[in-house]
Amino acid sequence: MADLDVGAQIPELRTTPDRFLTARYAGASGDFNPIHIDEEFARSVGLPGRILHGLWTMAQVARAQTDAAGGPEHLRRLSVQFRGMGVPEQEVLVTGTVREVSDGRVLVDTVAEQSGTQIIRNAEAELEL
Amino acid sequence: MPVNTQAVGKAYEPTVYAVGREKVKEYARAVGETNPLHLDVDAARAAGYADVVAPPMFAVVYSAPSVGPPIFDPEIELNFAMMVHGGQEFLWGPLVVAGDEVTTTTNVKDISERDGRGYYVFESVSTNQRDEQVCRGTWTNIVRGV
Repeated sequence: MADLDVGAQIPELRTTPDRFLTARYAGASGDFNPIHIDEEFARSVGLPGRILHGLWTMAQVARAQTDAAGGPEHLRRLSVQFRGMGVPEQEVLVTGTVREVSDGRVLVDTVAEQSGTQIIRNAEAELEL
Repeated sequence: MPVNTQAVGKAYEPTVYAVGREKVKEYARAVGETNPLHLDVDAARAAGYADVVAPPMFAVVYSAPSVGPPIFDPEIELNFAMMVHGGQEFLWGPLVVAGDEVTTTTNVKDISERDGRGYYVFESVSTNQRDEQVCRGTWTNIVRGV
C-alpha cells in the first residue's frame, strides 16, 4: 500500500491507449457509440477523430486509487467530471493528492490528463483502509 | 425552449445482469487491470472470493441495460445528438464476483436547466442476489442548446 497521509501524492498511473483500444473497450463495455470506433463518423460530427470513452478514462482513475490502496475492496466512492476529450495513442496520466484522512477513510483529489490537458477533473475518491 | 421536468422521480423496470467469469476478465483486460483478483480464478479463490472479482468500474457493464432506456424515453425529451456525459459518481458496496446476479433500477433524479444547457441526472441502484447494494450510480448528462 502506498503512503496515504494527508498531502501525499498517490503513485501516478501512466498508460497509452493503443489504436485498437476503443474497439476492445466498446466490446467489453457494450458502448458502441460510433464516435469512439469510427474515424469517419467522428470527423463528420466535428471531432478530431475517434475519441476515448469517458468511462474508460474514469476506469484509469479508479485503477490508480485501487493500486494505491492495495485492492478493489478499498474503493468506496469515485465521482468525476468529464471535460474535453481523450484520444487514442497519447499517454493518459492519472495523479492524485490525499486531502483528508479520518477513521480509516481517505479522500483523494485526483485528475486524468493527456498532453497537459485535463480530461477528467474535480474527481474525488474515497478509500477505506 | 425550457426543459421538461415532469419525468423527475420516474422509475424504470429493473434489469437483471448475470456476471460471467470471461466477461469480467475481458473487461479487466480492456481497462488495463493487472491485479490477479480480476484475471485469475485461482488467485481470487485463494483470497477468499468465490470467483474472479469485477473491477469496481465494471458497474458500467451491469448497469448499462438499466441506464440506457431513460435516455431514449420520449417522455424525457432528451436530445441525444446534443448530449455529452458530464459527470459520474459511483458509490460501492460489497464487491461483485463472477456468478453474481445484479439487479439494477434506474430513476430520474433531476432535470434542470442552466445557461442554455439541460442537466439530466439519472440514479441507478444495483443489488446482488443477497439484496446487498453493490453500487449506486449518479449519471449526469448535459444537453447543449436546450
